[in-house]
This record gives sequence, structure tokens and C-alpha cells, in this order.
Amino acid sequence: MVKIEHGRLQEHPIVDFKRGKEVTIYFNGQPIKAYEGETVAAALYAAGVRVFSRSFRWHRPRGFFCAIGKCSACMMEVDGIPNVRTCKVYVRDGMQVRTQSGLPDAEKDVFSIFDDVIDRVFPHGSHYSKFTTSKKARDFMVKRMRKFTGFGNPPRAVFQGKAEVEEIETDVLVVGGGPGGMSAAINAGKYGAKVLLVDENPFLGGQLIKQTHRFFGSAKERAGTRGIRIAGILEEELNNIENIEVRKETRVFGIYNGEAGAYQRLNDDEGKLLRIRAKKIVVATGAYERTLIFENNDLPGVYGAGGVQTLMNVYGIKPGNTGLIVGSGNVGLILTYQLMQAGVNVAAIVEAMPRIGGYFVHAAKVRRLGVPIYVRHTILKAIGRKSVEGAVIAKLDDRWQPIPGTEKEIKCDFICVAVGLSPTHELLYQAGCEMKFVPELGGIVPLRSKFNETSVKGLYVAGDVAGIEEATAAIMEGRIVGIHAAVTLGYGGEEAKKELEEAVREIEEFRSGPFGERIVNGLKKCTLESEVVS
Amino acid sequence: MSLGYLERGYLEKDELPPFPSEERLKKRAVAYIECPQPIPCSPCFESCPSNAIEMKNINDPPKVDYEKCTGCMKCIRVCPGLAIFMLRLRDDGMGEVTLQYEFLPWLKKGDRVKLYNRKGEEVGEGVVNWVLPPERNDNTSLVRVEVPAELIFEVRAVKPVR
Ligand SMILES: Cc1cc2nc3c(=O)[nH]c(=O)nc-3n(C[C@H](O)[C@H](O)[C@H](O)COP(=O)(O)OP(=O)(O)OC[C@H]3O[C@@H](n4cnc5c(N)ncnc54)[C@H](O)[C@@H]3O)c2cc1C
Ligand code: SF4
Ligand code: SF4
Ligand code: FES
Repeated sequence: MVKIEHGRLQEHPIVDFKRGKEVTIYFNGQPIKAYEGETVAAALYAAGVRVFSRSFRWHRPRGFFCAIGKCSACMMEVDGIPNVRTCKVYVRDGMQVRTQSGLPDAEKDVFSIFDDVIDRVFPHGSHYSKFTTSKKARDFMVKRMRKFTGFGNPPRAVFQGKAEVEEIETDVLVVGGGPGGMSAAINAGKYGAKVLLVDENPFLGGQLIKQTHRFFGSAKERAGTRGIRIAGILEEELNNIENIEVRKETRVFGIYNGEAGAYQRLNDDEGKLLRIRAKKIVVATGAYERTLIFENNDLPGVYGAGGVQTLMNVYGIKPGNTGLIVGSGNVGLILTYQLMQAGVNVAAIVEAMPRIGGYFVHAAKVRRLGVPIYVRHTILKAIGRKSVEGAVIAKLDDRWQPIPGTEKEIKCDFICVAVGLSPTHELLYQAGCEMKFVPELGGIVPLRSKFNETSVKGLYVAGDVAGIEEATAAIMEGRIVGIHAAVTLGYGGEEAKKELEEAVREIEEFRSGPFGERIVNGLKKCTLESEVVS
Repeated sequence: MSLGYLERGYLEKDELPPFPSEERLKKRAVAYIECPQPIPCSPCFESCPSNAIEMKNINDPPKVDYEKCTGCMKCIRVCPGLAIFMLRLRDDGMGEVTLQYEFLPWLKKGDRVKLYNRKGEEVGEGVVNWVLPPERNDNTSLVRVEVPAELIFEVRAVKPVR
């Protein structure tokens, strides 16, 4: 555990944290104070817990990374059920939480003393070749090994609740309630299509709910308004359209020929399996954060930028006292400003490129508050035993190699990796969309028409899952797919067709500047064949 | 195109937009916008009731026509880049800079503040002589500080004197 000045922020210039009722959860048997509405990971963090798990092989300490359920670094045993992502479950009075790897627990893991010898006794891959003489010996050893590594504690509790099946028919199913998904639902719904919007979270807004800053873009897409408010405005619009149904805590797990399977959580003991038949499906599942390779990058205290934003802006928990930001894109720059607003120091921003990646104005805001920005620099390693105590950065030469002698030690107690996002594309793969790696769009993305319809007919994409851009673009894309889905289902008539043309024109104008150039180049690479005019 | 400011994170003298005339600065406050890079952003342009901000398309950096600007402060309320500053020269030889402020503790009229330039270097002390309270502008307070006249093109951030 580490000492921090204040675990929970009592005041903040932008956000008014409304904490729920005080409850007690038990962490490895120790009582910990928490507030209803907090995730287990957030509550543990506020209490000073940094080591959430131990790594499979080396028993290296691991902390949380993403805070949105995408990295699995925060898995623990919750009320007897193993491998629960603690950043996705909410605290409940009396909840029993245990770290599952390490003896006696992840914090003080005695097995970690084997770190130095384990490679000599069990070289990498040896679990495939050793103990293969008899089935018995193998079974015995596999059990021991699973126990040792902490991954196989058999469930002590078994889900006892009910799960019913519900069949649903709708015109349009929207998967994901971020800006992209909400905009798609609104625009299909306003022309009369019957829409079902689902999101796995208990709230709508996606990434917007942690963005306390005013947005860029045009006033029509609500620029100048704070991200957190935009989420509220869009949700209100959704609620005002009768033919749109919203289901929260509902996760889509597969798409099969125009049908989707989903699981809706109703309460702790009840859930529902949904079979959703939809004429059109819009996938707007957003993105997850990338990490970066450097020594000790798995040390607790190395976090994704979005993870820190979630902790700080959603739950009002201070990530630490001094941070180092890796990456000077908009995310890194905005995060720096937000950390300072929460009273956290930022030691520096490092950027490998020869120039700042994000908008100049975002950089200027933190530069004038005294935060140094080191371009052509990279992080060499994180320092610390159980959590970050510092970092070493160095200057890069023209071939991106660290220049010896330029190393500099930075004092910090956490490091934010803000090196970009990758689309959450799994559902698209599974549904059989033709996919392609397009670096300009952040990774593997689906081929699509100019109305964002994928190679699977009736399946659309909007927002970051179609290519990493930003919320304004996500809203614009949502508008295009929403209207196109409605129009092709026979809703809206001429008026809708006209609006569709306008929407396409607007996004083209939006992307016409230097920041859009990259996106436009990327889009050229993933336009469906049928659309390419030779 | 020089990308100097993108290596540094601040504008050097020769990268600044043209200064309003002394005569104009003396008449009343004027919007001075430090937003040189083409980015898809336009709330300043859209909020200006006097057509004083020129922007050919959403990616075009804003240019202020200082003669048309009435100093109404609509633009500085909404700029997400915190890139707009209201500048004024007073008859008594002092100057005034109004900037967006989003930190705790909130500043009040009469508070003494440290003044910082674009690089974050301290350049002196000043006094707050007017604020738009945060609750009137979705938690972006506007703070006007009294500074020596020669510093109106220097002072770009303030922190309370503790
Ligand atoms: C620090 C930071 C600063 C930013 N600043 C700006 C800015 O100034 N201006 C701007 O325009 N943009 C900004 N953005 C970008 C913007 O937030 C994102 O581009 C935008 O949120 C993408 O919207 P989306 O709808 O595609 O995805 P998301 O907002 O990520 O939403 C996806 C949703 O889908 C849900 N979901 C995923 N999988 C499933 C499933 N299988 N079943 C059900 N639900 C699922 C998720 O829970 C989530 O709610 C910023 C982003 C960050 C991280
Ligand atoms: S101060 Fe008013 S008139 Fe001047 S540029 Fe801003 S909005 Fe326009
Ligand atoms: S609103 Fe601010 S950041 Fe946006 S273009 Fe205008 S001056 Fe630049
Ligand atoms: S999955 Fe919980 S921190 Fe990433």
C-alpha cells in the first residue's frame, strides 16, 4: 500500500462528486471504506491499494491499467467468484474481495522470491514438455501450477440467480451508448425507426463521462460544451424519442446473421438472455487504450490515460501526487490539464515525435502553467519495486534511438501512457466483416461504404470502432448511419435523404484540415471495393 | 510553414498574431486570439455577434478584426482552447488582461495573483479587479487582472499568491 495525501477529492473546479452511501468491503479480510456507486477497483485504489494481482510467470506486481474492463489486470476473487474484473463491479456492503495470485496475497507474495530461479528450473515453455510422461502426473502438476500462478481457484460460489430468455424484434439495434451510438439511435429514431440501444455500462455516454473539458468542433456538434454535459444532452434527446428503447448493463456477445445475443444484468441475482432480431445493426463499441514497451511497464502506477481519467473524473479519486505523461496527443495534453485541475502535479510530458501531436492550444494551456514538454524524448524505464517511484527518460536521435548520456530521472508516483487507442472490433470480426489493418485509423478496422455500412449488409459502424478520431466525428458518423439505416428501411422520405447528403458533406468539411488528412488517407484504404470508382 | 511553436508549446514573439493598435487598446477591451494552427474548431467564430472573427471554414485559424470587435466577451466564454485573451490599456498607464480560469480556489476581486508568461515563467504580480464567477459560465471563470501596461502581451496565466 502507498501513502497518498488524499484518496478522494473533496472538491473539484468542474465536477461535483456525488458519492453514495458509505459501505464497508473486505479486502483480503481487512475492512475498507467505500461509497456506493464506486467500482471495487476505485475503492481499493482510494484506500491505497496498488498491487491488484501478480503476473502469471514472474509474480511481478500488477496494478490496474484501463479501468474500463478491457485489460484484465485488475482481476480478483469477489464473493467467492474468481477472475472478476474489479473495475467493472460495484461495491456492496459486506463484499469479500481477495487477490487471487500470490501467497498470502498479491501485496506480499512470497513466491516472488522464486523470480530469480524460476527461469532456470522451468524455462519458458517447459510446462508443455515437462510432466508429460503420464496423464496422472500431468493432471497433478497442472493443478499445482494453476494454484501457484493463481489463475484457477475453483469457484467457491456458483451463480444462483435466475436467467430468463427474452426475444426482441426491432428495426435498428445500436450496440454501444457512447456519442457515436447515441447519435445513431437519435437519428434513426427521429425518422420513425424502432430502435434498441444497449450499453454494457450502468450509464450512457461512453468515454464522454470522464471528459470534463469543453469540446472542440463546431457549435452544431456542441463544441464549447463540456464532454460530460454532451453525454447528458444526448441522453435527454434519446429519452424524448418514444420509439427508442434504451437498455443499460446489457452486453452484446455475438452477432449472427442479423441477430444479436446479449446479456442484460437486472440485479445481483437476476439477468436476462436477449435474442435480438434487428433489420439493421450499428456497432459503436468504441476503443481501448494501447500501451507502450519500456522496462517495468507493468509496474503498478503505469496506467492508461483513460484509466486515470476514469479514476479522477468519474470517481473523484486522486491517482497520485505527481505524474509523468507519455504522449503529447490531445489525450495526453488534456489529461495533464485535468490532473492539474484535481490538484495533482505533472512532472513532464514526453513525446517521441519531433513535435507535439495534439492541438497547439491544448499544449499552450499546460505549458503556461509550467509543465515542461520534451519532444524527441522517450521513457526508458519505470523505477520502483511495488509501485512507481520514478522514471528515466532520454532524448532520441534521428533514428529514434535513445542518445546515451541524455538520460534524466523524473520523480513521480505514477505514469500515464497516452499513446493512442485501438478500435474495439471483436464483434465485427465475429460477425464476419471484412477487416483491414489501417494504421491511420488506429488498427484493425472494417471495410465500409461512405455511409459506414460494412461488408455485412445491414451492419454499420460509427465512432472510434470505425477508426480512432474524436467525439465530434463519432456524433457525425452516428448521424450518417442512423439516417441511412432509417432511409433504407423506408422511413423519413425526401427530407431524410436530404439530411443524409448534408451530413456526409459536413463530415467531409470537418475532415478537410491537416488533422483530418490522416483520417481521409486512412479511409481511402478501407473503402469497400464496390464503392471505389476507378 | 514554421512548426516552431509545436516543438515548444508556446508562441514566440514573431509567431504572435498582429497587435491591435494602441488607440484601439485604449478605447475598450479587445479580443486577442492565440490560435495559429488549423484545427477543426469554430465556437469563437460562431459565438461572435459582431462578425469580428474571420474563419473561412472550420479548419481555418480565427482572425480578429480589431475594429469590429466590441469587446463583448462572448467568444472567450466558450473557447475550449483557452486561447482568447481580452486586452486593454487604461489611461492611468496600467493594462488589463482577462483570461479563462478553471482552478480551485476560485479567484475573487481584490485577490493578488502571480503572473506567468507563455512559458510558465513568473513575470510579476497583479491584482484581480473583476471576475465572471464560475457558476455563471459552466465553471469557466473569467478573471481580469491589472498588470503593468507593457505586460499585456506577456501575461497568459495566473495563480493565487499563497
Ligand atoms: C482524454 C480524451 C480526451 C478527448 N477529447 C476529445 C475532444 O476534445 N473532442 C472530441 O471530439 N473528442 C475527444 N475525445 C474522443 C472521444 O471521447 C471519443 O472519440 C468518443 O468517445 C468515441 O465515441 P464512441 O461512441 O465511438 O465510443 P465510446 O465513447 O468509447 O463508447 C462505446 C460504448 O460502447 C460500449 N460497449 C462496448 N462494447 C459493448 C458491447 N459488446 N455491448 C454493449 N456495449 C458495449 C461501451 O461500454 C461504451 O459505453 C477524447 C478522448 C479521450 C480519451
Ligand atoms: S469579444 Fe465579442 S465582438 Fe470581440 S471577437 Fe469576441 S465575440 Fe466577437
Ligand atoms: S474557439 Fe478557441 S480553440 Fe477554437 S478556433 Fe476559436 S480560438 Fe481556437
Ligand atoms: S480490466 Fe480492470 S483495469 Fe483493465
